[in-house]
Parts: sequence; C-alpha cells; structure tokens
Amino acid sequence: MRSRYAPILFFSAVVIAVQLLTFTTDRQQYLTQLTMTGYYSLVIVGLCMLMGYAGQISLGHAGFFAIGGYVSAFLTTYDLMQHKANPLIGLFSRAGLIVTVQDLYGGDALVFHPWAACIAAILVTVLISYVIGGPVLKLKGHYLAMATLGFGTIVYKIVIGTSFFGAADGLSDIPGFKLLPGLEVSGKTPVRIQNYYISWGMVALAMLLLTNLIHSRAGKALRAIHSAEDAANAMGVNTGRYKLNIFVLSAVFAAVGGVFLTHYNGGIGPSEASIMKSVRYVAIVAIGGMANLWGALSMGIILNFFSLRGYFGSYDDAVFGVILILIMLFAPEGLLRREVFQGAKKWLSGRRKTEGQKA
Amino acid sequence: MKAFKMFAVLMLTVMIMAAPALAKDTIKIGAILAVTGPAAFLGAPEAKTLEMMVDEINKKGGIKGSKVELIIKDSGASPEKALSFAKQLIEEDKVFAIIGPSTSGETMKIKGVAEEAKTILMSCAAAEVIVNPVAKYVFKTPQMDKHAVIKIFQQMKEMKLTKAGVLSSNTGFGKAGKEQIEKLAPEHGIQIVANEVYDSKATDLTAEVTKVKAAGAEAIINWSIEPAQSIVIKNARQIGFKGQIFQSHGFGNIKYVEAAGEAAEGVIFPAGRLLIADVLPKNDPQKAVLVKYKKDYESKFKEEASTFGGHAYDAMIILTKAIEKAGKADKEAVRNAIEGLKGVVGTGGVFNFSAQDHNGLDINAFEMLTVKKGKFVPLATPSKKEGSPKKK
Amino acid sequence: MNIELLSQYLVAGITYGTIYAIVAIGFNIIYNATGIINFAQGEFVMLGGMIAVSLHSFMPLPAAILAAVLVAMIIGALIEIIFIRWLVSPSVLRMIIITIGISIFIREAALHVWGEAVRALPYFTGTEVTVISVGDVHISPQVLWVTGISALMVIILTFFFNYTLLGRQMRACSANRDAARLCGISAKNMVTLSFVLSAGIGALAGCVVSPITYVQYDSGTGLAIKGFTVAILGGLGNSTAAIAAGLILGILESFSVWVMPAAFKDVVSISILLLILFVRPSGIFGSVEASRLKEF
Repeated sequence: MRSRYAPILFFSAVVIAVQLLTFTTDRQQYLTQLTMTGYYSLVIVGLCMLMGYAGQISLGHAGFFAIGGYVSAFLTTYDLMQHKANPLIGLFSRAGLIVTVQDLYGGDALVFHPWAACIAAILVTVLISYVIGGPVLKLKGHYLAMATLGFGTIVYKIVIGTSFFGAADGLSDIPGFKLLPGLEVSGKTPVRIQNYYISWGMVALAMLLLTNLIHSRAGKALRAIHSAEDAANAMGVNTGRYKLNIFVLSAVFAAVGGVFLTHYNGGIGPSEASIMKSVRYVAIVAIGGMANLWGALSMGIILNFFSLRGYFGSYDDAVFGVILILIMLFAPEGLLRREVFQGAKKWLSGRRKTEGQKA
Repeated sequence: MKAFKMFAVLMLTVMIMAAPALAKDTIKIGAILAVTGPAAFLGAPEAKTLEMMVDEINKKGGIKGSKVELIIKDSGASPEKALSFAKQLIEEDKVFAIIGPSTSGETMKIKGVAEEAKTILMSCAAAEVIVNPVAKYVFKTPQMDKHAVIKIFQQMKEMKLTKAGVLSSNTGFGKAGKEQIEKLAPEHGIQIVANEVYDSKATDLTAEVTKVKAAGAEAIINWSIEPAQSIVIKNARQIGFKGQIFQSHGFGNIKYVEAAGEAAEGVIFPAGRLLIADVLPKNDPQKAVLVKYKKDYESKFKEEASTFGGHAYDAMIILTKAIEKAGKADKEAVRNAIEGLKGVVGTGGVFNFSAQDHNGLDINAFEMLTVKKGKFVPLATPSKKEGSPKKK
Repeated sequence: MNIELLSQYLVAGITYGTIYAIVAIGFNIIYNATGIINFAQGEFVMLGGMIAVSLHSFMPLPAAILAAVLVAMIIGALIEIIFIRWLVSPSVLRMIIITIGISIFIREAALHVWGEAVRALPYFTGTEVTVISVGDVHISPQVLWVTGISALMVIILTFFFNYTLLGRQMRACSANRDAARLCGISAKNMVTLSFVLSAGIGALAGCVVSPITYVQYDSGTGLAIKGFTVAILGGLGNSTAAIAAGLILGILESFSVWVMPAAFKDVVSISILLLILFVRPSGIFGSVEASRLKEF
C-alpha cells in the first residue's frame, strides 16, 4: 500500500536536491525556468489523467490555462475606481476582496485581491468546463478532437480580440500573489527559491491527489472506461459523469497552473492560449505514455525546460510536431511504458522469457 | 615525457586563467527578437540588421577596443519566452544590454525585469507606455505613435478632409494607434464616422471597408503593421472607394506595396526617411547614414531594407555612441550617457534624449510619403526642410 | 443595410464559401476512402499557393499553376506512403495526432523554406484594382475565377467518381473495403489516390485564391478548421452538401461583421462548428442513422 507514495517521496527528494545543486554550483538562474516548468507540469498531469485514464483527447487545454491566467490577471489589474460608488464594490471592499494599490503613474487603483481573483478564476473554469464538457464529451474520435480544438481556438481569438484582455499584447504588471504572510508568488529575485518550492510543492500535491484518485474506486472506473467504454457502461459505471468530472478536474489543474504562472511572470499573453501550446501538451503526454503520470511529468519537465531555455531555437514548434509524428508512428503508447522497462530488465539480466511465464 | 606533460598543464592553466581576462574584453549584447512567428516581419529584419552591424563593428576593432558579442534569442513574439530569455540573458550570459523585443506586449513583460536588474533595455517596439512612465533603464527607438497620427491629421486638414473612417488591427500596434487617433481627433477637427477593429490574420476585409464607406468616410485611416495593410487598401479600391487612404508608419516596407499592387498608388503615410534615402537632398542630416544602411542591408541580404530593421540599427548606434561617450561598458555610466545624447543620427530620425524623454524623437522624425508607380516617394518636395536636428 | 452593402457581403461570402467548400471536399475524399480526417488538408492549399509563386518567377503563370498542383499531388502521395500506408489498424486517436503532427511539420518546413513573408500570384486577369461593376456592386474578376475554377473542379470530380473506372473503384473501396478487395481493387492504391486528389484540388484552390487573400506559411491552419466545419455541416463524406454548406458558412461569416467587431469573425465560424457538433453531428444534410453506421 505505502509503495504507491514512494515515487512522490523520491520526487520530492529530487526537487530538493536540484535546488541545493543550483545553490552550490551558482546556477541559481536555472530556478526561473524550473519554476515555470513546474506550473506547466500541472497542466500536463491533468491532461494525462484525461487522455490516459479517461481516454478523451483534448486539443484545447491551453484554453483552460489561459482562462485561469487571464481571469486572475484581469481582476488583479483592472482599476475599479470609476465604479467606486457601486454598492457591490463597497461590499467586496469591506470583505477584503478588493484592495487599493498603486497604479503605474503613482495614483490609487482599486483591484481585486489575488486570492479573490484566484478563486474567481477557478470558479469560472469549473463553470465553463462543465458547460462545454457535457456536450463535448458525448462526441467521439474526430468530432471530439475538433470540438476541443475549436474550443481552444475560440478562447485564443477572444483573448486576442478583446481590448480589456490586452488584445495582442496581453496583460502586464500583474502584482505578486501573497499566499500567506511571507510567502509570495512573484518573479522578484529575492523570493526566487521560495517560488521554486511553491511551484514544485504544488506539483507534488497534484501528484499525491492523482495517485490517490487512480487507486480509488473512481480510478478503477476510469480505467474501465478507457479500455472498454460500453462494457463499463453495462457494468453500471456512469461513464458520462466520470468523464465529465475528470474533464473538469483537468481543466482546474490547467487553470491553477495558469493563475500561478501569471503571477510569477507578472503577465500573460495570448500565446498561452494558442493551438500550438495545446498541441505541445498533447505531444508531451503522448511521449510520456498516455496513462503514465510520472512519464508525462518527466517528459514535460525535460521538454518544457529545454524549450524555455531556447535550446530548440526557431525550430521550437517543429520539434513538438515531429515528436508527435514519431511517437504516434512508432510508439503510440508512449516511450516510458512499463513494458519497455520490463523488457530492458529482462534483457539486462540475460534471461529469455516466453509468453505466459511470470517475470 | 614528464616535462612535456608539465608544460601542457602549465599552458592549459595559463589559457584558463587568460580566458576570463579575454572574456572581460568582450561586450555582450543580448537581443530578444521575434525572428519567427506572427511578428517575424519585425524580428527577422531586426536580427539581420544587428548581425550585420556587429560584424562591421568587430571588423573595425570593436567599441573602444572591445569586441562585441551578440546573443540573439528568438522569442516568436511570445511574452513568456521573452521573459524567460530576458532572465537568462541577464543572469547567465550577464549581458551588458538587451536590444528588443520586437513587440510592445513582450517589452511590457520584461520592462520590470530589466529595471530590477539595472540592465539597459533598448526596445524596438512602439507603444508609448514603454517610456511613459519613464523607467531608468528602459528606452525605445521607434517613433511615437501620436506624432504619426498628428502628421496624418495635419495632412487631412490641408486636403480639406474631415470625415475619417478608422480601421485598426487587434495587435498592440493597432490598438495604440487607434487610441491616439480617438484621443487627438477632436482637437484637430477630425470626425470619426466609423471605427472597425479586425483580426490581424484576416484575409478579407471587404465587409469592413464596405461598412466604413457606407458611413460616409472621406478618408480611410488604417493602422496595422502586418500584411492586412495591403488587403485593406485592395478591398477598399475594389469596392469603389475613391477617397484618400492613409496608412500608419507600419507601411514602411516595400513588400506591402508590392502585395497591394495598383491599390497602393496614392496612399499617404508618415514614415522615417529610410525609404526615400536616395532622393533626399544632399544636405539632409540623415542622408549619409540612411543611404549606407540601405546599401549594406540590400547588398548583404538581397531584400529591401525596411524601417523595422532600422529600429534595431538605431538601438545599436545609440548604445555604441553611449559606450564611447562613457568611456567604458559600465551599465550605470552608459545609461547616464544615453540620457545625455543629443543629435544622434539614426534611421528613424535624429535622437535627442533626456531624463524625461527616453525615446528621443519628435514629430520631425516623420516625413509624409506616398506611393507612385510602385515606389515610395516623398509627398512634398524634400527641400521643405522638415528634418532639421534640434540644436540644444 | 442597403443593397450595396448587402451585395458586397454576399459576394465576399460566396468567394470564401467556395474556398471552404473545396477544402471540405478534400477532407471528404480522404475520409471516404480511409475514414481518416486529414488535418493537414489546409496545408495543401498553402503549399499550392507558395509553390506556384516560387515557380512563377521562372515560368509563365498557367505552367506555374499546373506544376504547383502536380508537386502538391506528389507531396500528398508521399505523405500517404511515408506516414499512413504501413500502419496496421491504427486507432482514430492515433491517426488524428499523426495528421496534426504532419500539418505542423509542413508548416514549419514552409516557414524555413519561404520565410514569413506573404506571397501572392498576380491576378489572372486585370490588376488589384480592376473591378467589374454591376450597378453599385463591384466584383474583382478574380472572384469569378475562384468560383469558376471551383465549379469546374466539382464537375470534373463528379464525372470522375461516377463515370470513370478509377473513380468507381474508389467509391467501391469507401463503401465496402473488403468487398472491393475481393473484386481485385487495390485498396492501398485507392488510399494513395485519395490523398493525391485531395492535395491536387487543395493546391489549385490555393493558387486561384492567393491573389485575393495572400498565402503565408501559416495560412493552412485556419482554412483547415473552417473546411472541417463545412464538411461536418454538410455531413461528413457528402461532397455535394459540402458546397451548399460552404456557401452558408461563408455568407454567415461575412454578414457577422455587420453585427459584431470584425476581430471576432473566426469566433463565429468556430461557434457554428461547436453548435453543429453538439446538436447534429451528422450535419444538416446528413442522415442520422447513416452516420451511426459508419465505423468512425
């Protein structure tokens, strides 16, 4: 039983080790890209649940990331001064949801507190994913793919076309997110190490949640749905409800990633909602192994980190496209499958096994 | 053998010790440009220009004896990449200054980062908010949008046109222009009869221009920086719009004229003088610089020079002059030096910086140009000295 | 809204609707033969335009267009042979992802070969400003070329599928693959042929529309989404319905500018896509029972 949490402990140890390594070798600057990679990983593990365990492809998940990011960005920067007289504003202000901050030019501005904005972002995401998820998940195959692609594109076109979302420039000057006194999500150099741990702490938390989910009754139901939906239905599993709930869960993961990354970067742009980003997430889940949480996480870390450091140069998008093709052609179940590891073990130990014998 | 080994080790140690010394002698300049992606028409010429200039500088022995090392990062116009690269360039490559980014959205994301790290940022993006409020280390080289708008309004007044139909794209550039137009129209007596925003990737704008024409516009002002500019004027002429068409300074690339073909004839727009370098009078202060840049760029890259590449050129020139003035590549000293620069001749105009003005260009940086027979020509005869440098 | 406005919107809508319909027909041809939705369909249109422009610099226009179409057809065949042919019973999901990957690959290759600039062929007749005026309505002659050539393509395809041996073999294959193979028809070759045809008509559409809309390395993606919308709207696999559906989408999109900011034009088409998918995935003209019978 306890062995299922072993990977998480191991993972946490690695996270701490990496941070200490950067400290001792004076490569602290890597922490920035590592922190950003952590937030992207939230999207990836959520998507892995959806694609791998519930068997639903989503080509528009960057849309949820963007919804989370933009809602919190908008609420924490939109100046409500002109609506000061509105009684609702007064109510929110007394409840501590709205605060006064300094604007760009030194004057006062009324904006939402980051906590309020974060909660709002999550609520909006839950709402949208429930509304969209219902009809979308009834579709199959191409139709599902196209519907999610369409959803992602709509989000992109809306954020790039609306001027109070900053249009093509996006939103900037997003304030830091004070989680607790002393713990702030922001890109300022002094709190860099803190932020690294916040980011990877959230990933560890997410993995904990998902590991529990997989081993629970719901997780078994999901695997049944993935392998043979009709059979699962016949066994009394409410497939529609399970698929929808996983869809919403993965959307919330993505949105939370979006909220935190926006506060960390201090800004967000429409490129976070683009189809290429969605394709990138799908490529990473595919290469990591559709139903392999740790596989997707590891590949996500490697690929996102390299991409953020610019190792792929101007071929960035092409790399992910090629990955998709190669993986789908040659290893549709992903690279880091259990069978690959077992096969490697057998080969290394020199024993030849025939089918039907226990390893 | 043993002696040889000792010798090798000694040489190696000397080289390793010398290496940092050598490294100290180079001036590292980072550039974050949108070489590929949706803003590639900005970033690609900017990158080429910088590479060309750094080659030339190094051939002449560098700046104050130090070679320049240029590190270009392709952000693909994506703000999160720009942010990641900015931090990388500042902390790891320990660059002395950053040129770019190409778009306003990216610049605004890294403005805070550059300021916090006290690294000079020479942006090639046009938004006013980059230099207003002024950040100590952030400068920009493109001209101010509001001057372009004022020049258009002045022209309209001369042509006795008052009703304008405004079309703009949903990019930062388009939005900024639209805001300036709306803000400045009343005081110049211009009435905006239609105001349409279109998607920058739009391939057909017939519906939009039809709406503008139906609203009774005497002139169309189009504010965008991507290929849609050519589509707008084509569609406008096709539906029979006979009024005057104005473009923004984003039209400053002959490719757009070629794409629009005959529809581009007679279009009027404000631009830097790079595009008419050859017909400038001999005593124009910018002529020498412009002609040289144009010739070098076109012979090296076999494509027409554009004003966008010119913004990168200006950034490099300003940095170079500031380093020479400060005497050494020290961030604080050079920053102060930039603020004191006056009369720097660039492609965008003649720059005069100050502590409050981190752009350095005024309305005289613009010349009204038009298109005749597929070529850029000045609207008025260039002998009308509009480009005299300010003497302080 | 006066007659002039109405007619201009109508003309723009018809022009674009025709192009979307051609892309949709390309989708349908491949879908009918293989059950695959080829996400790279839009890229064929882009390639057609780009290649033709490059060839035009040293060939007369008609030759350049012909050559471009042929090159695109070869590329289509290559794609099928390299990526699709040797897969054994691939799942739908796998095929979708592969074709998406192919579409990205072609797009990035186009970026590195041709750069980011827009390109256009010269107008077939006249220039950028010549118009044919009927009363207050002004139409560029290129629009007539677009509708004319598209109509011609549809007629030729109909003839091909109904009256030639090869065409009938393709139809046999899509109706019942095993029975067709029993009759000696090589299913594998029919699949390749379907890719070749789709690539060809896509490329021709790209050539003929490039003077109006310009082609750029990423023009393909947007077209693919709209083409798919049209294909679904008309009923997947039904090419005649695709024409009507294309015109409907084009006109709706065009008129939407009257009521909402132009920047949201694409949101309109995609919303239509989502609406159809949610409400009636078999399309306006499709039969609900027939779509349930299809394996995919």
